[in-house]
Amino acid sequence: MRTIRFLLQKEFRQIFRNRVILAMIVVMPTVQLLILPLAADYEVRNVNLAVVDRDRSPYSQKLLSDITSSGYFRLVSYDDSYDESYKRIESDEADLVLEVPDHFERDLVSGDAGKLFVAVNAINGTKANLGGAYLNVIIQRFNRDIQVDLLQTGNVPSIPSIVLTSSNWFNVHLNYRIFMVPGILSILVTMIGGFLSALNIVKEKEIGTIEQINVTPIRKHHFILGKLIPFWVLGNIVFSIGMLISWLAYGIVPAGNLLLLYSFIGVYLLCVLGLGLLVSTFCDTQQQAMFIMFFFMMIFILMSGLFTSTDGMPDWAKALTRANPVYYLVDVMRMVVLKGSRFADIAGHMITVAAFAVVLNSLAVFNYRKAN
Amino acid sequence: MKKGSSGGDINMMPATTTVIEAHELTKKFGDFIATNAITLNVYRGEIFGFLGANGAGKTTAMRMLCGLSVPTSGSATIAGFDVYRQREQIKKHIGYMSQKFSLYDDLTVLENIQFFGGIYGLSNEQIKSKSSDLIKRLGLEKEAKSLVATLPLGWKQKLAFSVAVLHDPRVVFLDEPTGGVDPVTRRQFWEMIYAAADSGVTVFVTTHYMDEAEYCNRISIMVDGKIEALDEPSRLKQKYNAKSMEEVFYVLARGARRSD
Amino acid sequence: MKRFATFLRKEFAHVLRDRKTLLILFGMPVVQILIFGFALTNEVSNARIAIVDQSNDNATRRIIERLSASRYFDITETITDPHQMTSVFRSGNAKLVIVFPVQFEQRLAHDNTAEVQVLADASDPNVATTLTNYVNAVLLDYQQELSSPNAPAFSIKTEMRMLYNPQLKGVHNFVPGVMALVLMLVCVMMTAVSIVREKEMGTMEVLLVSPFQPLLVMISKAVPYLILSIINVISILLLSVYVLHLPVNGSLALLMAESILFIITCLTIGIFISVKTSSQQVAMLISLMGMMLPTILFSGFMFPIENMPIPLQIISNIVPAKWYYIIVKSVMIKGLGFSDIWKETLILAGLTLFMMALSLKNFKIRLA
Repeated sequence: MRTIRFLLQKEFRQIFRNRVILAMIVVMPTVQLLILPLAADYEVRNVNLAVVDRDRSPYSQKLLSDITSSGYFRLVSYDDSYDESYKRIESDEADLVLEVPDHFERDLVSGDAGKLFVAVNAINGTKANLGGAYLNVIIQRFNRDIQVDLLQTGNVPSIPSIVLTSSNWFNVHLNYRIFMVPGILSILVTMIGGFLSALNIVKEKEIGTIEQINVTPIRKHHFILGKLIPFWVLGNIVFSIGMLISWLAYGIVPAGNLLLLYSFIGVYLLCVLGLGLLVSTFCDTQQQAMFIMFFFMMIFILMSGLFTSTDGMPDWAKALTRANPVYYLVDVMRMVVLKGSRFADIAGHMITVAAFAVVLNSLAVFNYRKAN
Repeated sequence: MKKGSSGGDINMMPATTTVIEAHELTKKFGDFIATNAITLNVYRGEIFGFLGANGAGKTTAMRMLCGLSVPTSGSATIAGFDVYRQREQIKKHIGYMSQKFSLYDDLTVLENIQFFGGIYGLSNEQIKSKSSDLIKRLGLEKEAKSLVATLPLGWKQKLAFSVAVLHDPRVVFLDEPTGGVDPVTRRQFWEMIYAAADSGVTVFVTTHYMDEAEYCNRISIMVDGKIEALDEPSRLKQKYNAKSMEEVFYVLARGARRSD
Repeated sequence: MKRFATFLRKEFAHVLRDRKTLLILFGMPVVQILIFGFALTNEVSNARIAIVDQSNDNATRRIIERLSASRYFDITETITDPHQMTSVFRSGNAKLVIVFPVQFEQRLAHDNTAEVQVLADASDPNVATTLTNYVNAVLLDYQQELSSPNAPAFSIKTEMRMLYNPQLKGVHNFVPGVMALVLMLVCVMMTAVSIVREKEMGTMEVLLVSPFQPLLVMISKAVPYLILSIINVISILLLSVYVLHLPVNGSLALLMAESILFIITCLTIGIFISVKTSSQQVAMLISLMGMMLPTILFSGFMFPIENMPIPLQIISNIVPAKWYYIIVKSVMIKGLGFSDIWKETLILAGLTLFMMALSLKNFKIRLA
């Protein structure tokens, strides 16, 4: 235990003398939490719509006014031909084209089905999805109104209607930032913890001080613990700074128990730091450690469900996300911070991450060689 | 610190106690034989010079003796401990100063002493008294609280040596300790080595300076992974009919195939 | 020229010796393409939902049947006690709870109107909105069936076509994005770090005092990365065509030419960073924070630029990756020709020239 005290003293002295590290743990969370949520805004508003109205009838006009008054769409052009509108999609001016063909009203009133064509620029999947769905609902509603209209004038008994009332929980104003901030904070804690720990032992290798440590009778697990604990403390500091910024800048106060959040972060950090230390025992240069860590981080972040929900993934990919520690953190952060989940809700995640932590750290101790 | 558990008290031992004993010690890296069956004995309080051209295998041999590298074959004991099975025991009884300067640049002089003292298990009082002794002896009173990075190279080397013998090891291994240092500092450095040897520490040192070889009690010269000569400097000169160690070295190393 | 070849050989040897890094450099785009191509999707499907059916009559059963038949929903729970809803959301077992009130069918028959309540876990607003819309569509569909059991009187048929990307796969957005990102990584980060490493070890001085033109020294450092990057572009394209079945709709030659232009831009930036910095860690930090992050943020492939605040939108214009991303998307996916992207090309070329001038100027100052 005494050895660990000396190791900790040394690491903390070094950390607090290193400007790069200090900048990383203070400036990075601040800047990233202030800028990233502004940028990572997938809220879909103002879907750009190009309209080709070849019918120019009262009904087509009513449909268009229904669409524009819905608030979701912005009419960017009123073209004469589909080709013209299609060009607007090519140049990214429009996201959607709605074509009302000739005789739309006549076909509709005469009892034939009225036809509409919608073309969606699906390169941007989220926008296409939502825009298309919105438009569909508006058209269906319009259709129902018309039916009610036409049928009632014909003195047919009125048709049944199902009214859908929806309410949004946990994020009443559908603010996308509220959703992204806890996720981004998860990534931040992961990146800083992972990179710092990965680079640390390798740096001692590069400058040669590790030799001097290796000729001492120091125990391997003492050495690894001496590296683990300081970064664990740093990780918690970064997390706390992040929580503070989320509160000050976005007004996010965890709906769940703060203590529960910190206990999960505590376990999670052990896991990420273990990964970093393991990588650093494999590498000889900082450049290598950096690239290998970058590689893992990239995959972890993409497969974490931060940007795209993991629900829609194929089964093999879903299975992969279960082997990704970042997935658990992002999930837990959103659950506890936004929904106020309790211990019982996240216990499974916590146990899994703890198991990862044990495995990764044991591997790091095992793979750290004092002699070759 | 407790004295060596199996070796007994240093001061009770006769002067001819063998501290380093190596028999046909070999290290291969794939097909490459870095150190080829070297055999040597080094005795208590001796200053043993370990010479050889660049790439002759000196550092590899030394790393095996320090427990930093596992031998491929052969046997060796350091202070009575086996290099295969008791590497961690060996480490309690040796000091090591590598080619690369190996104290922490971003810690102060005092902090470095404190850290390595702590790692070797010295008590707080020991650390305190030893570090003030050491700082006085090196004349670093004013620099005690400045970062090691700011010291001139010569001072760093002397400090590194002092830290390497801080825990009163039985043997201290020095890998080219005076590289790049001015003649005056080298002189002072060797005075420190002599003082350590007088107090019973065995010194195992590699060097490229032939005048330094003359300061050693005995030397060995390695060529292409093998020890080609091992004796007192004066007897080696006699044997090879040479006026200086430089000539002896030249005669032996001329046939070397490896160098970098 | 012969001396230049010697230098080049040395640089190639350096790059090829570090196997671990090489493996990652070539492995990264492959893994990314596979993840983007097969794992990530923007489509909301298989969302877990819970049902509170207080009525349990024909109508609600029909609607639930329709919901469970839809590939958008997986009904995971049927709740009897409305108080359970909170815990269902908290445990993450449902994204949506659909509540049918008592006497649903009766009300629908007698009052001609009945209410369905949808409660959404709106922590992810987009998923919540999309799912609510899907439920709405299912209900409207059912209503349609009720109102006109015999003939679809006065109905509108909407034909919806998803252009370019019928399955709403992430791939179409991401392949061009991955290209920009990987090239940025290889060219900027690798070049900067490897040159600074030589500076740190002092070998750069030796090269610069040789009778060889200093500028050529830098160029010879950049050439191996140029080659590596071209290999990476080719492997990404091969993967996307043969594994993802995402063809190059436009001219391949144009795409390659534009890629080489972007590679040169990145190399110039890498050299500029290496001229300005003197330690590996700082070079890494600047490449990572100063180049990688803006590339991910502002190129438009992960985050929609039009949603950003105006200052960020303006900043995005000086990020070279943004223009390259637009170019690749236009040529590769939309199949447009040079006449449609000459503006973007011009901007990219302008940025490159500017960076070149800047590094040359700094380089000369350093040497003087």
